[in-house]
Amino acid sequence: MPESLQELLNRLAPLIVDGSPHAQALGLALDGLGPARATMRAPYREDLIGDPETGVMHGGVVTALLDHACGVAAFSGLGAKETPATLDLRIDYMRPAEPGRDIIAEAECIRAHGLIAFVRATAHDGDESDPVATASAAFMVTRPSREAAERVRKAIESGALS
Amino acid sequence: MSEALIETLLKAPYVAKFGVRFERKGDELTGVLPYEEHLVGNPLVPAMHGGAVGAFMEIVASAALLASQTLVRLPKPIDIAVDYLRPARAADVYARAIIGRSGARVANVRVEAWQGRREAPVATLHGHFLIKPEPVDN
Repeated sequence: MPESLQELLNRLAPLIVDGSPHAQALGLALDGLGPARATMRAPYREDLIGDPETGVMHGGVVTALLDHACGVAAFSGLGAKETPATLDLRIDYMRPAEPGRDIIAEAECIRAHGLIAFVRATAHDGDESDPVATASAAFMVTRPSREAAERVRKAIESGALS
Repeated sequence: MSEALIETLLKAPYVAKFGVRFERKGDELTGVLPYEEHLVGNPLVPAMHGGAVGAFMEIVASAALLASQTLVRLPKPIDIAVDYLRPARAADVYARAIIGRSGARVANVRVEAWQGRREAPVATLHGHFLIKPEPVDN
């Protein structure tokens, strides 16, 4: 029986953070991964504070979290075969995240066709109805990203990444 | 010029962690994001993480606003739009901001980031920031 998309995603899930040095540096965690969907978390950390007066994490953490979660949703939306590159990312910062709380990003690929994927995402710190930020992003499978995906596939097959 | 707040910005744990620094010529600032392996998004390309480049451009936008006038607190982003033009390779990234308009509460800023050649930007940012200028005495 051929592997289902969810089975493929489950197999690739450990690479979502471990395969990205920047995601590791920020301590990002993958909370959920499904067809065209991804949930990721940025745990609150004092070394990521942007404004020492308030203790609020830097907006860049939200930017990187949303970019990563959107990219993973786009990857899944494109069938988990091609690694897309970000074309553009638009973020509305609704309010500062509460100091001490993790930030959670829920991303959904609303359309993927050919080489392009469109993603919407919301970041919150516990209550999804009271977002910290929302994002809208477009991704594209490019030549360098396709070559990179090919190298990942070969590395997985040779056992180097397992 | 908001000298003390530029120091606060640069010493913020997140900004210091990624080693962001500024080269200043008068009130003109060029931000520098020194290449480190922990900025890589996908090690097999290898390209820097889009989030890292976006965050760096946000920092440069804030610093440019602080360098251009006296503010009483750090600018807060309202919204940003980042266009990724080419993969950011394993090398330092530079960025410079142009302030479109800076009013009593909101500033409109554009940032361009590049690596080897200024004419070949890796990403651009356009954003709005909430600012609090020092009150003017009458």
